[in-house]
Amino acid sequence: MVHLPALPKRYHSASVWALYGLGLLPAGYGFYLGATGQLPGNPVKEFEHLLGLWALRFLVATLAITPIRDIFGINWLRYRRALGLLAFYYVLMHFLAYMLLDQVLNVAAILTDIGRRPFITIGMAALVMLIPLALTSNNWSIRRLGTRWNTLHRLAYVIAAAGALHFSMSVKVVGPEQMLYLGLVAVLLAWRPVRKPYLRRKRQAANAPVRRQPIEKAAG
Amino acid sequence: MPSYRPPRIVSSEITPENIFINRRAFLGAAAGGILLAGSSSGMAAALSAPKGKYVVDEDLTPEADVTGYNNFYEFGTGKGDPAANSGNFKPTPWMVKVDGLVGKPQEFGLEDLLKFPIEERVYRMRCVEAWSMVIPWTGFQLSTLLDRVEPLGSAKYVSFETVVRPAEMPGQSGFFQPLPWPYREGLRLDEARHPLTLLSVGVYGKTLPNQNGAPIRLITPWKYGFKGIKSIVRISLTETQPPSTWNLSAPHEYGFYANVNPAVDHPRWSQATENRIGGGGFFGSNRRDTLPFNGYADEVASLYAGMDLRANY
Repeated sequence: MVHLPALPKRYHSASVWALYGLGLLPAGYGFYLGATGQLPGNPVKEFEHLLGLWALRFLVATLAITPIRDIFGINWLRYRRALGLLAFYYVLMHFLAYMLLDQVLNVAAILTDIGRRPFITIGMAALVMLIPLALTSNNWSIRRLGTRWNTLHRLAYVIAAAGALHFSMSVKVVGPEQMLYLGLVAVLLAWRPVRKPYLRRKRQAANAPVRRQPIEKAAG
Repeated sequence: MPSYRPPRIVSSEITPENIFINRRAFLGAAAGGILLAGSSSGMAAALSAPKGKYVVDEDLTPEADVTGYNNFYEFGTGKGDPAANSGNFKPTPWMVKVDGLVGKPQEFGLEDLLKFPIEERVYRMRCVEAWSMVIPWTGFQLSTLLDRVEPLGSAKYVSFETVVRPAEMPGQSGFFQPLPWPYREGLRLDEARHPLTLLSVGVYGKTLPNQNGAPIRLITPWKYGFKGIKSIVRISLTETQPPSTWNLSAPHEYGFYANVNPAVDHPRWSQATENRIGGGGFFGSNRRDTLPFNGYADEVASLYAGMDLRANY
């Protein structure tokens, strides 16, 4: 079990806002570099890729919150909404960069791409699925939807898988970077069916030694 | 569009008249100088050549983009990898072996290759990834080299091979190998003999930097960029169609011909338009329509008369 110094409760809300601020920095910095002509080669593509990559990172981070709590006992649940929303913002910016900067609002070309090119279809599907999740990310929706909220937000698994697949299918050769994200998403998704039996055994293991320990000590 | 575009050549770049008049002698001397300058560092050295007849009247892509943004998987799969990881590559000394179905198989040293009639040509370059550049290459027609080796009547194709040097090319060593080496490419003999087909030894008035395929590479401007095989060590004439690396790697995505064709999409992206590198930056529209045969249809379309270009992509 890892023990981090607990963040005092009065800083909780500030730390969440800090995460939003930090999380949007890569997009802001990338935009600044691109707008001032400091991105090399193909600035639009560089910016598009930067946004897509950070979207994928935030999706992975969102899905990592639960396993980190299960395995290490660190509760970062208060950051999960921010991470999920950051993922949504990045996917949206990624799409806007593609639509406005790359295709320059050529709607016919965009629709053809979405319809005919599987990796763009998959990416677009991920964006569409993220919209209801973003819209229901507020406390009111959580209260209002009850258990249906949990069911709905399992879409995050599909979205992360779609994101990793979209990234892998967009390149000429699937390399280490694509494999990293495919692997991360696979492990994080595989954790979901495993976690309940794991937590049960962990609880049993935590309870059992309480009775045994004194006996062992006496024996020793 | 301006109706008149002033010359883009600054006076300091104009070759002095006496050197121009004695350019044969100068080239010989320059070739020697290049070998000395390039032998240790692999850095590009000055290489002047007269302007050729193929000069595209479009703005040149900035030199920094031409030498800093490209694909050369032997040095990594990122666009900046070739420039970043090619510092240890040694393009001199260099030998190109020309063999196969030829009357006079022979090996050419780089100094021999630089004695071919080199000239500067400005070509469009269209990458299969839907971006493009306009590049001033220096080189000589492949046909002049083929004439020298006297192809036999049975020769129908020309195959090319890139050097394999895992110690100097990080993409060829290690855990992840993106492609099978050596990189191979091929042309039909009539394509290889076409006056547009260039063996390039320089770019932007200098010898080729390592990342652009030093010391000698192929340029076929009407084909996708991956046909332009780099750092060539072997040219063979064959009777049957030779293998080509991307075609071996993904046959349904990359064909043997790989002619630029806006009407035939890559299975995963459109080839109808292209992004011109180094044009208007972030907000200016760099998207432009891709032209059949990359704008060289008048010169090369007849090579493919009667062929189904959809089937022979």
